[in-house]
Amino acid sequence: MIAFKLALRNLLGAGLRTWLNVIVLSFSFIIIIWTKGILEGWDREAKQDMIKWEIASGQYWNRNFDPYDPLTLTESHSSIPDLLKNSLPDSEFVPVLITQGSIYPEGRMMSLIIKGIPPGQKLLDLPTAVLDNGSDEIQSIIGKAMAESSKLDEGDYVTLRWRDKNGTFDATEIRIAGVFDTNVPAVDVGQVWIPLEKLREMMLLPGEATIIVTGKDMSQYSVTDDWIFKDLDFLLSDIENIIKAKGSVGIIIWGIMLMMAMLAVFDTQVLSIFRRQKEIGTYVALGMTRGQVVKLFTIEGAMHSVLAAAVGAVYGIPLLTLQAIKGINIPLSSSDFGIAMAEKLYPVYSIGLIAGTILIVMLVTTLVSYWPSRKIARLNPTEALRGRIQ
Amino acid sequence: MNTELIITIEGLKKHFPMGNSRFTALNGIDLIFGKGEFAGIIGPSGSGKTTLLNIIGTLDAPSEGKAVILGHSADNLSARESAALRKSQLGFIFQTYNLFQVYTVFENVEFPLLLQGIETSRRRQMVLDALDWVGLSDKIRSKPAQLSGGESQRVAIARAMVKRPAIVLADEPTANLDAENSHHILQTMEKLNRELNTTFIFATHDEKVIGYVRRKIFLLDGKVAKDELIERN
Repeated sequence: MIAFKLALRNLLGAGLRTWLNVIVLSFSFIIIIWTKGILEGWDREAKQDMIKWEIASGQYWNRNFDPYDPLTLTESHSSIPDLLKNSLPDSEFVPVLITQGSIYPEGRMMSLIIKGIPPGQKLLDLPTAVLDNGSDEIQSIIGKAMAESSKLDEGDYVTLRWRDKNGTFDATEIRIAGVFDTNVPAVDVGQVWIPLEKLREMMLLPGEATIIVTGKDMSQYSVTDDWIFKDLDFLLSDIENIIKAKGSVGIIIWGIMLMMAMLAVFDTQVLSIFRRQKEIGTYVALGMTRGQVVKLFTIEGAMHSVLAAAVGAVYGIPLLTLQAIKGINIPLSSSDFGIAMAEKLYPVYSIGLIAGTILIVMLVTTLVSYWPSRKIARLNPTEALRGRIQ
Repeated sequence: MNTELIITIEGLKKHFPMGNSRFTALNGIDLIFGKGEFAGIIGPSGSGKTTLLNIIGTLDAPSEGKAVILGHSADNLSARESAALRKSQLGFIFQTYNLFQVYTVFENVEFPLLLQGIETSRRRQMVLDALDWVGLSDKIRSKPAQLSGGESQRVAIARAMVKRPAIVLADEPTANLDAENSHHILQTMEKLNRELNTTFIFATHDEKVIGYVRRKIFLLDGKVAKDELIERN
């Protein structure tokens, strides 16, 4: 306890030197927590958006469906299984038929994926209600990224070409009934959404679908007829892997920040031992063992992190809270990243993240403080008393 | 001399390595000190005064011979035991004061009591008493940088005396002080010696200090050249 009291007294007495280190260390605290908070916020937001726009509670995939291989689409369709019809109300599952096609905006050809979805569905946030306006025209919706790349806008008409199940090409004109804004590229980039029944007619595939989005976790019926249930863990694994990969970049940033702060502490410790030889000798003369002096210097160094946590809290709590509430504007759109990413990101700072960061920084600071302090144990106190450099 | 012996030194030698050879700083010292002595170890630079003081202060160990300090043999003490002895029984006064610059006067004097774990209210009273002895009660909140040389050395005396040690070792305590401050310091120490019966041992070649001590031990080339008692009132 005395060592803590003396260490604090020495630190506060050292004035500006201490506060400079403390401020640098507090920056590290805040930046480490901030970067980690952004990644956690991104992770949470990306998953929530994917659930709202694409996944709901899970999906049944046709046995042949491979989202990374468009060539499988011609074989990836079958009837809605009876089990699903019997166990879930119509509002709790959304069949989606998927095929390849092309459009010809402004006279150029553009390959895309055509997705058929029931206009009345409420399970996903897609604004499908506009697909059913009672006219004979085929109404369609596209995402903002698709609208930008195709130069199409609401109310425009465009020629759509596709092949039916027999391989026969056909074409028709569709109307862009709505452009939606989403953070989920998987429902936006390179695709157009039209009414499910229309697509079934066009494809000559009545009653069939490629995937079925469900409003409940159907893991207990993981395989039924031609369908395999994919739960949230599976469907979110890609985004988790990407965020993990981004997280490793975050770790490098922490490492650099931590190293900078530790260099400041290390430098101070080395300088202290160099400059405070006479003081060290006096400690020994007054009755401290060299081990106790090593402990005192180690605690002194480690206390930088305690003060840094306090100083960081003073400006960090309001700053980070403000960001968590107001969010951070991201200058790049999600389509630039290819994964779900909001234009405004809300960092998430959990207690575990803050406590963990403080604990790690304190631990590393203690080690960095102890390392140069070991030299004290080898000092000759009579030489130290004279202030001779050893 | 008092009859109660507190320091016994027999055949004490201290060698320091110097390149491939060695330098003998103390070469067969035999001395005894009784309680309440006010003694000076006198000699020119390099005569071994500070080395002898360091061995008595258990900061250094003898190379040969015996030094028994308050019943503890200096050559057999572990680092922990010698630290405990210094903490409770030995006080040090240095030529350059060696005050902790970031502490106040009060905190400097309080330091040895903190190490002893003395409880707060008693500690405070002991510090105030010690500062009263040296006439610095009005400077308790000052930092060493705000004090004169004489005041700094008086703080060092208060720090050495606050724990009421059996022995105070003063290495050239007046070397950095002018005549007036030197006399003031020496009078303070003499008063404490008389009132508290604390043994004071000085290492010095300052005539002013020599004028105050009641025993003069002359060292020359690591040996006791002369040991004389002075009768003073």
